[in-house]
Amino acid sequence: MIALSDYLILSSIVFCIGLAGIFINRTNIIMLLMCVELILAAVNTNFIAFSYFNGDLAGQIFVFFILTVAAAEVAIGLAILTLMFRSRGSIDIDVTNTLKG
Amino acid sequence: MINTYLTIVLAPLIGSIVVGLGGNRLGRTLSHSITILGVTISTVLSLYVFNHHVLNDGEIFNQNIYTWMQIGGLNISFGFLVDNLTSVMLVVVSFISLMVHIYTIGYMHEDEGYTKFFSYISLFTFAMFTLVMSNNFMQLFFGWEAVGLVSYLLIGFWHHKESAIEANLKAFIVNRVGDFGFLLGIALVLMFFGTLDYAETFNQKDQIIGLTLFGDFSAITVICLLLFVGAMGKSAQVPLHVWLPGSMEGPTPISALIHAATMVTAGIFMVSRMSPLFELSDVALTVVMVIGAITALFMGLLGIVQNDIKKVVAYSTLSQLGYMTVALGVSAYSVAIFHLMTHAFFKALLFLAAGSVIVALHHEQDIRKMGGLRKKMPITYITSLLGTLALIGFPGFAGFYSKDMIIEAVHYSELPFSGWVYFAVVLGVFITAFYSMRLLFLVFHGESRVDKHTEEHLHETAPSITVPLILLAIPSVVIGYFTIEPMLFGGWLDNGIYIDTSHESVENLKHHFHSAFSLISHSVMTLPFWMMVGGIATAWLFSLYRTEWADVIQRRFKRINYVLVSLYGFDRFNEIIFVRGALKLGNLLWKISDMAIIDQLLVNGSARFARFVGSFIRPVQTGYVYHYAFFMIISLMLVLGWVLVASDYSFYS
Repeated sequence: MIALSDYLILSSIVFCIGLAGIFINRTNIIMLLMCVELILAAVNTNFIAFSYFNGDLAGQIFVFFILTVAAAEVAIGLAILTLMFRSRGSIDIDVTNTLKG
Repeated sequence: MINTYLTIVLAPLIGSIVVGLGGNRLGRTLSHSITILGVTISTVLSLYVFNHHVLNDGEIFNQNIYTWMQIGGLNISFGFLVDNLTSVMLVVVSFISLMVHIYTIGYMHEDEGYTKFFSYISLFTFAMFTLVMSNNFMQLFFGWEAVGLVSYLLIGFWHHKESAIEANLKAFIVNRVGDFGFLLGIALVLMFFGTLDYAETFNQKDQIIGLTLFGDFSAITVICLLLFVGAMGKSAQVPLHVWLPGSMEGPTPISALIHAATMVTAGIFMVSRMSPLFELSDVALTVVMVIGAITALFMGLLGIVQNDIKKVVAYSTLSQLGYMTVALGVSAYSVAIFHLMTHAFFKALLFLAAGSVIVALHHEQDIRKMGGLRKKMPITYITSLLGTLALIGFPGFAGFYSKDMIIEAVHYSELPFSGWVYFAVVLGVFITAFYSMRLLFLVFHGESRVDKHTEEHLHETAPSITVPLILLAIPSVVIGYFTIEPMLFGGWLDNGIYIDTSHESVENLKHHFHSAFSLISHSVMTLPFWMMVGGIATAWLFSLYRTEWADVIQRRFKRINYVLVSLYGFDRFNEIIFVRGALKLGNLLWKISDMAIIDQLLVNGSARFARFVGSFIRPVQTGYVYHYAFFMIISLMLVLGWVLVASDYSFYS
């Protein structure tokens, strides 16, 4: 039987990988989007684990919502990415710093 | 009666609004018909009110009609106080206004602003009515400012002339000086009496005796002097007289209506209305008398050297206003109102006659280019002659009675300086006769100096101009004879004017008065009469008999001539001290307060401060998403860690 703590440890590891990916990654934005997805996946794992061990289905229903929203978000993110590539000819993170003070 | 009073006030206002807003659509004929109808209604009702109050001893009407504003315990209302003083003013104002309305049809018929002009003069009539019918200081001030505003608008009526714009600005600013004093006076009345209602103020006037202000000054004297500063501005007393000659830039009908007959006498009316207050302060009365005497004498002198037909009449107005002020100073308020009334008729007549000459000569105002108009313009000539005789106080004419009474009242006065003032007003008679007859001789008698082209087309002016002249000439001749006895001694004005028992000049006048006719028969033995005859003779000598002598005297007394021609330097003084001083002060304030403090320190300073702070904070915004994410996570961890530490590891327990 897998304990709750095992799930939590797994999700923490996935979360940290996603976080580290955001910090360390300096190449392109697709990587960033993927890392965001990893973080969301970690959160979802938590939701499912707690839901299962509490015997409450609400947590798993939430996961569906999060998945839907994440899909929409990625769709928009990729669209922005496409446009950016078209106008700038690059999707490097170092180039996308026009919002600086 | 209240509806009657309301109609008197509102009829000209409605006429003014209708014509002012719809003048272009109504057309000229309809516009002047509407405004003249409004003023005619007021005139007829004024006569009815006069009949009710003065001739039939009607009750004083004093009632608030509408609450204007309520501030704390202070209630400011629109209301009417109609007593005999008001009734007399109503008749004078409405009658002159009606005459001027009719006259304007002929005078302005070529002007583009025809309907606008009618709207303005009707508005003026409304404002003057609110002023004289007011029952409290605030409404008085409203009317005061409203007549000032219309005066400003009308002086600058020909706004394409730069001199007109300068003149109306000057009139407005000089009147602000007077109004500032007036407003302070009203504020002090409110402070000491706690009310702005006339009747309430006058009822408790005794409680102010002995009170002081700023240490040693008697409160009532300060109040009266401040109120009088307002009267000095409006009634053009020295040194606030400088705007009145300038106001001649306006069209002639308003010179007659506003700057001779009605508005400029508002100060005289106001002081008479405040007689219960002024009677308490001998100091204030003395100041009033002396200022009046200075104005009467020295402004008359200036009339001698003027060559502009309207300017001569304007200086004559100043001088006559001085006479009225002198009468106020010696507590002869009824005499002042009497002179106000007679003066309104003959001075309006003189101005309108001058306007008639100006129209006939195609807007030529220089009397050196006139002369010999007597035959060409008989009606204008005869009416001017009658007006002039009234002005110089020829026995039997209106001005004779009023001026004689003023001189006698000064004679009986016991105020300090009244001896000097008596000298000034008697000498003033000579000067008045001199400049008035000089004007008459130069314009209507002697050789014609009109240029050929104009002379060929010269003829009497239209009936709309001559009819008002005739209608004004009648009262100018007879009104003094019929009203002197009831007005001064028959108690016509008694319920509006209060005279303290210690001031006996009017009482003395009464003792020595027998009948209007005996004044004429005795006049030959009086000093003023011979002064007048001397004035006429001198005028004849210099303007008709030996015209070259005038030049000789001018050259011989160069200095005096210079002083007179430069108008005693009042304008120059104001120019140097006030205008340039204000410019310098303005420059200084512009540089220090505007440019340095506001622009540099406050506006640019705060911007520079923001930029300075920003230069430290800006680098934090790198624009790299991972930096932001990093800060967010680190901060979140720090906050969570702090919560854990602060809560004593309670999550674990």
